[in-house]
Parts: sequence; structure tokens; C-alpha cells
Amino acid sequence: MSPEEDRIPVPERGPEERTDDFDEVPLGYSPEQAMEESERCLECAKSPCIGGCPVEIDIPNFVKAIAEGEFKEALEIIKDTNIIPAITGRVCPQEEQCEEVCVMGNVGDPINIGKLERFVADYARENNLEEVPEIEKNKDFEVAIVGSGPSGVTCAALFAQNGYDVTMFEALHEPGGVLKYGIPEFRLPNEVIDHELEYLDELHVDIRLNRIVGQNIELEELEEDFDAIYVATGAGSPRFLGLEGEDLKGVYSANEFLTRINLMKAYKFPEYDTPITDMEKVGVIGAGNVAMDAARCAIRMGADSHILYRRTTEWSPARDEEIEHAKQEGVTFDTLCNPKRIIGDKDGWVKGIELFECELEEPDDSGRPSPKVLEDTEHKKDFDTVVIAIGQEPNKVFYENAPGVEVKEWGGIIIDDENRMTTKEGVFAGGDAVSGAATVILAMGDGRKAAQNIMNYLEG
Amino acid sequence: MHEIVEKERLNEEMTRIEVKAPLVADKIKPGQFIVIRMHEKGERIPLTFYKKDEDKGTIQMIFQKMGKSTHELDTYEEGDEILDVVGPMGTAAEIEEYGTVVCIGGGVGTPEVFPVAKALRNVGNEVIVISGFRTEDLVVCENELDKDCANELYITTDDGTYGREGFTTDVLEELIDQGTDIDLIHAVGPPIMMKVIAGITEEHDIPTRVSLNSIMLDATGMCGSCRVEIDGEMKLACVDGPEFDAHKVNFEELMERITMFEEQEEEALENWKEEHEGCCG
Ligand SMILES: Cc1cc2nc3c(=O)[nH]c(=O)nc-3n(C[C@H](O)[C@H](O)[C@H](O)COP(=O)(O)OP(=O)(O)OC[C@H]3O[C@@H](n4cnc5c(N)ncnc54)[C@H](O)[C@@H]3O)c2cc1C
Ligand SMILES: Cc1cc2nc3c(=O)[nH]c(=O)nc-3n(C[C@H](O)[C@H](O)[C@H](O)COP(=O)(O)OP(=O)(O)OC[C@H]3O[C@@H](n4cnc5c(N)ncnc54)[C@H](O)[C@@H]3O)c2cc1C
Ligand code: SF4
Ligand code: SF4
Ligand code: FES
Repeated sequence: MSPEEDRIPVPERGPEERTDDFDEVPLGYSPEQAMEESERCLECAKSPCIGGCPVEIDIPNFVKAIAEGEFKEALEIIKDTNIIPAITGRVCPQEEQCEEVCVMGNVGDPINIGKLERFVADYARENNLEEVPEIEKNKDFEVAIVGSGPSGVTCAALFAQNGYDVTMFEALHEPGGVLKYGIPEFRLPNEVIDHELEYLDELHVDIRLNRIVGQNIELEELEEDFDAIYVATGAGSPRFLGLEGEDLKGVYSANEFLTRINLMKAYKFPEYDTPITDMEKVGVIGAGNVAMDAARCAIRMGADSHILYRRTTEWSPARDEEIEHAKQEGVTFDTLCNPKRIIGDKDGWVKGIELFECELEEPDDSGRPSPKVLEDTEHKKDFDTVVIAIGQEPNKVFYENAPGVEVKEWGGIIIDDENRMTTKEGVFAGGDAVSGAATVILAMGDGRKAAQNIMNYLEG
Repeated sequence: MHEIVEKERLNEEMTRIEVKAPLVADKIKPGQFIVIRMHEKGERIPLTFYKKDEDKGTIQMIFQKMGKSTHELDTYEEGDEILDVVGPMGTAAEIEEYGTVVCIGGGVGTPEVFPVAKALRNVGNEVIVISGFRTEDLVVCENELDKDCANELYITTDDGTYGREGFTTDVLEELIDQGTDIDLIHAVGPPIMMKVIAGITEEHDIPTRVSLNSIMLDATGMCGSCRVEIDGEMKLACVDGPEFDAHKVNFEELMERITMFEEQEEEALENWKEEHEGCCG
């Protein structure tokens, strides 16, 4: 019997229904659907899928366990290397990682590894399948983690699982990093994040919120109290374009726009106190995942939402699934255009953007065709809200106040490739703070590698 | 959770609270601020630190009722708890021996200059304080300023009901005209006041620093909501400031940007008043 070429489709809420709220879009597999999808796996001897996963989950074995209906076993296999599968199953760019190299992809659709991973985690959560072993704190070392995004969380969990005392410092009032303040609930519900993070509580990780290292607690103080420090402060500082009109009212960085809506729940204003301005027509400059999230939030805020991008959609760095969802929900893609300035009215509010037309030329360093601005093609488009989503840089509060920790010109923390230590003894770093804006799973991979290296360092 | 250990309504508009926050009390310095979030649904609002007591582990702030959040905060009583208190935030005021320093506070800016003026006096400066209010009933901190930090104290009211009639800037101009040798000016108050001061002192070449009250969200340097233009460059008031060289600030931009959420703020306050009408008066 030849395996089925097509994937078992994932049920999703329709665009009309879902754009009225911030609830999740894909509904996930039922146990029967998950088992059926799992049966498509060839259990390849070489299993290239494992190498495609930055944390090397034993994919064929967990998929096999699902096929056999052994969901708890599947969970244990995944959790062996990935402590937040409900999150990665939702937000990993699987099509470029595990699924890209899946052998089934040669004859049909690759196995839907991400959605299976999500299924296992969701099923385990809903049916209380997880057991957290009581771990004896038997190590004499104390470790501090700075930043509670996916990188810090992964590192913290590994230390706790290995019997270390772990204390995590987080600048904001909630843990989770970008998962909480950036990625909207319709892609990653808070309930899911909170559950995954409860695991840290159960492992007795001491999470100290509202503590900004370099601002209200110094690195030196941490060095006195801890034997090693892992810095995973992310890339949270917004980039602006330096355009005329960026200071107008109604212009947001993507971080501000998303933080107001997601972390502070401005979409429920005035029930929640944090406001966001009324919007009818929103222009989002940029076309990555962050831009898609902002554009899809704007739709849910009741606005006409536009992506403004200088290349064509096929060259967008966003995931195909995100672009597809954005299109279904009514986001308009205005491509091959580059902003010249933001136009304001006499009261200081945004009223539009002046744009150049672009054409695509020879590929640039990123391998994508470079956009060329065409002279004398200026044209205006009306917008009452503009969101700038052209990327983030490492947040400087940490490194500007961390004497001895050196950074690259753009702010990325310098580490030793071998042992992952910064230029300061005993201080290690990883995630977006080192790599610049990347992905959840790469940040987690860094957290794992750092934990291993720090343990070696401590145990000598 | 942070308990309010003392609360005092100073007048119709301003209230002083003393809050338990030992970690903050340990470290906070004049010119720095804190961010509070009252409850799960609350926004993050910045308030400048006014006084502290390290032994008790408390900090004090004076706030003015503006919109919904500060009205609600005013309903909190002794024993009530604030969910989050984050700080110290921002950079501390530079405290050195300059010679003669004029500290100017406008309205609720006065309690914000108090700790700075006091620290400046403690290191040996001659400190002149000019403090302005709309009317007599709103005057605060006079005794503290007089007792703890001002070599000379001038109170002004817009309507002349107390102290001198007029604005803080009128007194400043008088001092300059009299030939007072001023080495530094530290001013906190409404942007328009700071702008006028910057204009006067630029003409006379007097170094002047101001504390900017742009709209903040996270106050950790992550969102850009508080961005201000300093010397043609974008800076974040929450982490690069709030204190800046007055002569380099683009005040027009600041004054525009702080009105960005006016419509929503009005709606929130009206809603809140409707719900609380009669219950808390
Ligand atoms: C809107 C958006 C959508 C995205 N979508 C996807 C996606 O679909 N798939 C994907 O794989 N990736 C996505 N990414 C990227 C991904 O979220 C990041 O690569 C990942 O979160 C990086 O993890 P991290 O742990 O390094 O840092 P972060 O998640 O940024 O966490 C850093 C944490 O450190 C805290 N911190 C910073 N400075 C300090 C300090 N001085 N002291 C204490 N704490 C501090 C911050 O508050 C934050 O909580 C997206 C990013 C954004 C912004
Ligand atoms: C660094 C700093 C220190 C401050 N210190 C004090 C202080 O010691 N005492 C005091 O009474 N006030 C202080 N403020 C101002 C105070 O934060 C605002 O009055 C408060 O946030 C208003 O909230 P609201 O809901 O009551 O009013 P809103 O209805 O939200 O707004 C009323 C006014 O407050 C301003 N405002 C609103 N939200 C914010 C925000 N998140 N950040 C800054 N301004 C905002 C608006 O421009 C508006 O003019 C400070 C502001 C900053 C930036
Ligand atoms: S963590 Fe990401 S890359 Fe790894 S198996 Fe899961 S979805 Fe694939
Ligand atoms: S490569 Fe694909 S088909 Fe082969 S084991 Fe991995 S998931 Fe299964
Ligand atoms: S308040 Fe967000 S960067 Fe300053």
C-alpha cells in the first residue's frame, strides 16, 4: 500500500468568523485526524527530519507513538528536547525546517510535523497527561537567567531539570518575551503560553518579574549572587526608517502596536486601560512575520489593512501560512513600493504616505532580487495609521550597562562560538540578543547549547 | 503586590502616596521615576519619585488626577495594594557642585524637582526654587522646599491668590535681569513651561535641563512610544532620559505627541466616572 500523498487537512475557523475576535485561527487535529496523519510517515531509516529541527526532536518516534495512539509517550519523546511544543508546533517555520527535508515531500505533502507536535501538546494539556518529576536540587551552583523569552525559558528548564537552583529575571510584568508581547493571540493564545510556562513553576524556577538588568538591578550584583549568568534579552528595540513624518500621531513601531494590543489588551479598551487610537485605514511598512501580525491585528481592530512592501509577495520573509491567512482575512498587499515620507495634516495626525514605485533587479546579499526605487514615480496613499515593521535590534539597556560584555556594531552580543561565553567570564548569551531577530526554535536551540556549556563550565 | 502604607489628599487635584517597595527604595535616585500597574487590567503609568525611606522600604509619589488611571489611583486607600511597582526607571539627575542652581517646578512638577533640589543643596549648591501653581488651593510642598532645600523660594500663582501673581518664568526673567549669576537650571513641569524656559535661557546661555513627560508604554526601551527628538536625533525618554538638555529638545513635537490618545483618555474617564458616580465621592 503506498502512503497517502496528501496531508490530512487541519480544521480552521473561516475568515469571516475569525476576524471579529482574537481567538485562534487553526483549530488543530482531533486524535483520529492526528493518528491518520501520523500513519503517512515512512519511518525513514535516516530520518532527515530530525536534522531539520534545530533542537533535534526524535520526530519519527513521536509520530509513530501518535499513530499507535500512545499520546503520552509521544509527549515524553518531544519534551526530551523541546519543553514548549504547544508553542513551537504553532509558530515554527516548519516548512523551512523539519518539514522541508521530510522524505514524504518528494512524493507528496511532507508530514505535518508542526501540527502533530501541537496536537500532542494540546491533548496532553487538555487531558492532564503531563507529569513533572520532583527533582532534587543537588547542585551547589546557582544560575541566573536574564530574559524570559523562549531562549531563557529553555535554558532555565534544563538547569532546573538537572538539579540546579535557577533564578530568572524579566523586565516586563509577564514572562514569555515576544511570545507574550509580540505574537498575537490568534496565532498563539496566552492560555497556551501560560500553561507551558507553568512547567517552570513546577520545576521551582524562581521567576522575578519587573526586574530590568542594567536598569534596576546591575550585572555586578548578579555576578555576586550567582555562579553563572545566561543573557537572553532578545532583540526588542524597534527600528525606525528615519523618514520625515515618523513622529506624527498615528505612527507606531510594530512593537508598540503589538504590545498595546497583545500584552496590554488594548483591543478590549476601555475594559482594559491601555488605549490604542481608532483606525480606519492602516498601512504596515514591511512584510515579515511581524508585519503580518500587525496587519492581521489591524483587520481585527476593524480597519482596512495594507502591507506596503518594496519587493513582491513571493520574496516576503514571512511564512507562507501567515501570508495566506492575511490574504484570506482581507489584508491588501501593495507591493513594489517604497515610502518616501509620511504625510501629516495640520493637527499633527498621519493622513497618508508618499511612495515611490520599485522594480526588482539582480539578487542582493540575501539572495532576493534587490528592489530599485524608480525616480519620478511618487504617488500618495491615504492612511490614518502607519505601523513600521522593518525589524528589531537588541535592546541596549542590558549591554550598555554591562561593563566587560562586548557587542557588535549593531548591538549583537559577542560570544565565543565554542563555549558560548561573552567577553566576560561567567556570563553567557544566546537567542535574538546574539543573533539578531531570528526564530523561536533557534532561540531555544541556543538556550539548550548554552545550558550544556554552562554546566561544563561549572562542573569543570 | 505593593501596599499603600500612607495616603494624603493634598488638595482637589493632588494626592501623596507612600508605597511599600523595598527594592526600589534601596536604589532610586533624584530624577528617576517608577512605573505602576494598579491591577490586571491597568495600564503602566510613570510617576516620579518624590521621597523615600530606605529603613521602612517605602517610596513616595505625588500624583495629579488627570484621566482614568490617576482618578482610580486616588480611590486606593491605605492598606490597598498596587499590583506592580517597577523601578528605578530612567537616568538619575546629575548632582554636582555647580554654584547657583535654579530649580523650577510647574504644578505637579514641583514634587518632582524636590528631591533634585534637595540633593543639589546637599552637595553645596546655592539653590533657588521657583514653584508655580494655578491658584492658592493647589500649592504643595512649600514647607519641605523651604525647610530642606531652597536658599531662596518663590511661589507663583497664575491668578495671584498666593505668592506672586504670574508664571514661574516671570520670576526667572526677573532674576536674570537683576544680574543673578545662574550656573544651571533644572526645570520640570508642563511642556509649554519648559519650552518658554528653554527659550529664555538659551538667549542667556544658561545650561538648562528638563525632564520630559512623553507618553510611555513599557518604559524599558522596547516600543518607541516615548520617542522624542533631541538635537535632531530620535531618543527614548524612558531609557535615554527623562532628563535632557532643554536647548536641544523639539518641544513642538513633544506637545503634539502627548495628545495622541486624548480621545480615548476622555472616553475612559467618562466611562469611569459614570460607573463610580456616587460611590466614591
Ligand atoms: C511580532 C513577532 C512575530 C514573530 N513570529 C514568529 C514566528 O511565527 N515564528 C518564529 O519562530 N519566530 C517568530 N518571531 C521571532 C521570535 O519571537 C524571536 O526570535 C524569539 O522570541 C527570540 O527569543 P529570545 O528568548 O531570544 O528573546 P525574546 O523573546 O525577545 O525575549 C527576551 C526577553 O528578555 C526581556 N529583557 C530584555 N532586556 C532585559 C533586561 N535588561 N533585563 C531583564 N529582562 C530583559 C524582554 O522583556 C523579553 O521578555 C516573531 C517575532 C515578533 C516580534
Ligand atoms: C517620566 C514621567 C514621570 C511622571 N511623573 C509624574 C508624577 O510624579 N506625578 C504625576 O501626577 N504625573 C506624572 N507623570 C504623568 C503621569 O504619568 C500621567 O499623568 C498619567 O499617566 C496619566 O494617566 P491617566 O489615565 O490618569 O490620564 P490619561 O487620561 O491617560 O492622560 C491624561 C494626560 O496624561 C498624559 N499621559 C497619559 N498616559 C501617559 C503615560 N503612559 N505616560 C506619560 N504620560 C501619559 C497624557 O498626555 C494626557 O495629557 C509622569 C510622566 C512621565 C513620563
Ligand atoms: S520544534 Fe519546530 S522544527 Fe522542531 S520538529 Fe517541532 S516544528 Fe519542527
Ligand atoms: S522524513 Fe518525513 S517521512 Fe521520514 S521519518 Fe521524518 S517525518 Fe517521517
Ligand atoms: S516607553 Fe516604550 S520605549 Fe520608552
